[in-house]
Amino acid sequence: MDVKISINNLSVESQEAKILKNVNLSIYKNSILGLMGPAGSGKTTLISVINRMIDFEEGLKISGEVLIDGENILDNELNTVALRRKIGTVFAVPIPLPRSIYENIVYGPKLKGITKRTVLNNIVEDCLRKAFLWDEVKDRLHTSALKLSGGQQQRLCLARALALQPEIILLDEPCSGLDPISTAKIEEALNELKKDYTIVLVSNNTKQIARATDYTAFFYLGELIEFDVTEKLFTNPKKKETEDYIQGKFG
Amino acid sequence: MRIDQRFTDKFVKLTLNLQAIFTVGILMIIVFIIFIKGIRHFNLEFLLTFPEDMGRHGGIFPSIVGTILLVLLSLVFATPLGVGTAIFLTEYTKETKLTKIIRFGVESLAGIPSIIYGLFGFIFFVIKLKMGWSLLAGALTLTIMILPTIIRTSEEAIKSVPKNFRMVSYSLGATRWETTTKVVIPSAAPGILTGIMLSVGRAMGETAAVIFTMGSSLRLPTSLFDSGRTMAVHFYILAREGISMEKAYATALVLVLSILCINVLAYYYMHKVMSRYS
Amino acid sequence: MIEQIKQREEKIRWILTFCALSSLLFLFLIFAFILIEGLPLFYKVGFSNIIFGFKWAPTKGSFGIFPMIVSSFLVTIGALVIGGPLGLGCATYLAEYAGKKRKIFLKPALELLAGIPSVVYGFLGVIYIVPFVREVFGGSGFSLLSTSVVLGIMILPTVISISYDSLMSVPRAYREGSLAMGATKWQTTWRVVIPSARSGILASFILGMGRAVGETMAVIMVAGNALKIPSSILEPLRTLTSNIALELAYASGDHRLGLFSTGVVLLIIIMILNYIANFVIRKKVIK
Repeated sequence: MDVKISINNLSVESQEAKILKNVNLSIYKNSILGLMGPAGSGKTTLISVINRMIDFEEGLKISGEVLIDGENILDNELNTVALRRKIGTVFAVPIPLPRSIYENIVYGPKLKGITKRTVLNNIVEDCLRKAFLWDEVKDRLHTSALKLSGGQQQRLCLARALALQPEIILLDEPCSGLDPISTAKIEEALNELKKDYTIVLVSNNTKQIARATDYTAFFYLGELIEFDVTEKLFTNPKKKETEDYIQGKFG
Repeated sequence: MRIDQRFTDKFVKLTLNLQAIFTVGILMIIVFIIFIKGIRHFNLEFLLTFPEDMGRHGGIFPSIVGTILLVLLSLVFATPLGVGTAIFLTEYTKETKLTKIIRFGVESLAGIPSIIYGLFGFIFFVIKLKMGWSLLAGALTLTIMILPTIIRTSEEAIKSVPKNFRMVSYSLGATRWETTTKVVIPSAAPGILTGIMLSVGRAMGETAAVIFTMGSSLRLPTSLFDSGRTMAVHFYILAREGISMEKAYATALVLVLSILCINVLAYYYMHKVMSRYS
Repeated sequence: MIEQIKQREEKIRWILTFCALSSLLFLFLIFAFILIEGLPLFYKVGFSNIIFGFKWAPTKGSFGIFPMIVSSFLVTIGALVIGGPLGLGCATYLAEYAGKKRKIFLKPALELLAGIPSVVYGFLGVIYIVPFVREVFGGSGFSLLSTSVVLGIMILPTVISISYDSLMSVPRAYREGSLAMGATKWQTTWRVVIPSARSGILASFILGMGRAVGETMAVIMVAGNALKIPSSILEPLRTLTSNIALELAYASGDHRLGLFSTGVVLLIIIMILNYIANFVIRKKVIK
């Protein structure tokens, strides 16, 4: 298996606390990595380091390196715009932009300079299909995205991330506010998508991690406690904390 | 004792209520007087004809045109500067010494009385830059005067745009400017528009800063360097020099009603936008 | 392409920085030109001859503006005496007593008062207030009293909106705590809410004074513009602002410089008032 993202000795500190402590982790191509752990364990911070959205937080000290295809993305000279165009991100709450479904999806492609209507139309259809949303919205692409249900909105956000034609997809607890049916649809979509993408899924729902991912990394208080193939980690955890967490003793 | 307190409470409530009614009453009386006295001398001809005999007869057509040109020209200068400043303060920088100094500057400009603007515009634009009493000198003076209003309302409007929208835009590979123009400004547009409308109201009613920079020629201004007389200045001259009370009231009617309409629209719009986010 | 984007972003950042600095530039220009024009006369005639001089005869070399300084001060205090309590009463009613329905109607109506041009206030002052003062109290009617009434009404929107904001920013818990201890609504308002909001209320008064001292056209129309210190509230007077506006159109030479000297004094008074208001508001934030 090829390594897509390699995280070496990554630490993130704020003035009050260490948010991530010396994390070493490899993320493999064409697989789904699940990040799980209780609130405050640093999962979301890790994701925002990978897409450099962490730049918008103030007063943080970051050390170590994160290599994507061998290039250190923590380099100050790195162009974050170019980086983020390679990475699709889906946030915890669905955040459609206040415009139409169609305009939401072509937002990224248009920024890249794609203007041809036919090309954009193809992207919209393709991405909505991949996100299992096409059938529900194909007749109202030009109505406001805000009128969709929560589950539809989140799939729209996934489709919007796919429209960037990214190499990596980061999902930060994408199903935290969704009903089981919408959740199942998103998981189904992810399973199809891993053929073409490298996917990182953050969740504090252990069952979802067990169902939907290939590898699992368990974080606790900023430390990477255990990393393994999902099946192994869930059937035979090596660390006491992991076992307790999976069994629901804390978290 | 308890009855005493209850009486005091009721009495106070009544007094405060009366004060509020009195204050709103003043507004209503002003509008009422202007309307009743002005409507008698008001007709379409008044709007569309030129004044004769210093304004004793005829209409106020050149003043209407002068007012519109002056206000539009001021907006052309002030809007980009004001919105640009607001964008800089909210999107492009954190709170630093520089932003504090800029905010101080904006606050100070807002506090300067219009006669000082008149003095400054007169010496700087009219005399030193040799523009003479002209539309351009008037517009540039008003630009500086309305700038603080536009900056402050734009800043408020931009700040009320949810942070999430920006995050999504950045995550989709947008630059700061792309995020600003495609997400932030469209969402803040109604609020910014409200600020612009309020400035229009202020500029239309201004006299002291305009009379010494644009002058008070009764001719129709046809170039940037022509002098002209706005409705507010025309009204002031008619009333102060006792030229014609009838024409003064009619002019006031047009002026006050236009300003009220613009302000009512602005507040209505703002109210609608505020309720959308809360 | 990424390089191009980077360059464009840099350019835009510069343009926006320039926009933001323009306000400072304008402020600098205003001060520079008012001072350049206004200061020389202070050297020529003497500082105290202008500030403390009683005689204003600019074509004959006398530039005393002391009566105008006093008059500006008097009308400002007069405006505050009339507009302050009334404005605070309105703000208190709006913030503490008015029901939601009433508020929706009253608040915008009061804000619209701010939109009425100052010449209109002045005009209605001449037509209604001046004759009223003449009939009831005597004198010509063009007086400190009439001016104070007109200015008192004009500063209402400023006083109301800033007092209202500061009353509204008093935490709910303060009110609930007081009411829970058995205080009446008015006791709560008077002993808890208003004291908590006092710095904002004070700032609203100071900013209202700033508005009054800077008002020009309305004052010209009702003040009578006499060149002396009024000895009663029924006598006419001339403020710093009216002095400039009355004579600027035809003044030249030293006469014009004298008007700029008047402007310098006015500008300094305004800056001091604004500075105090800012200081009062900021002190509250730190606390």
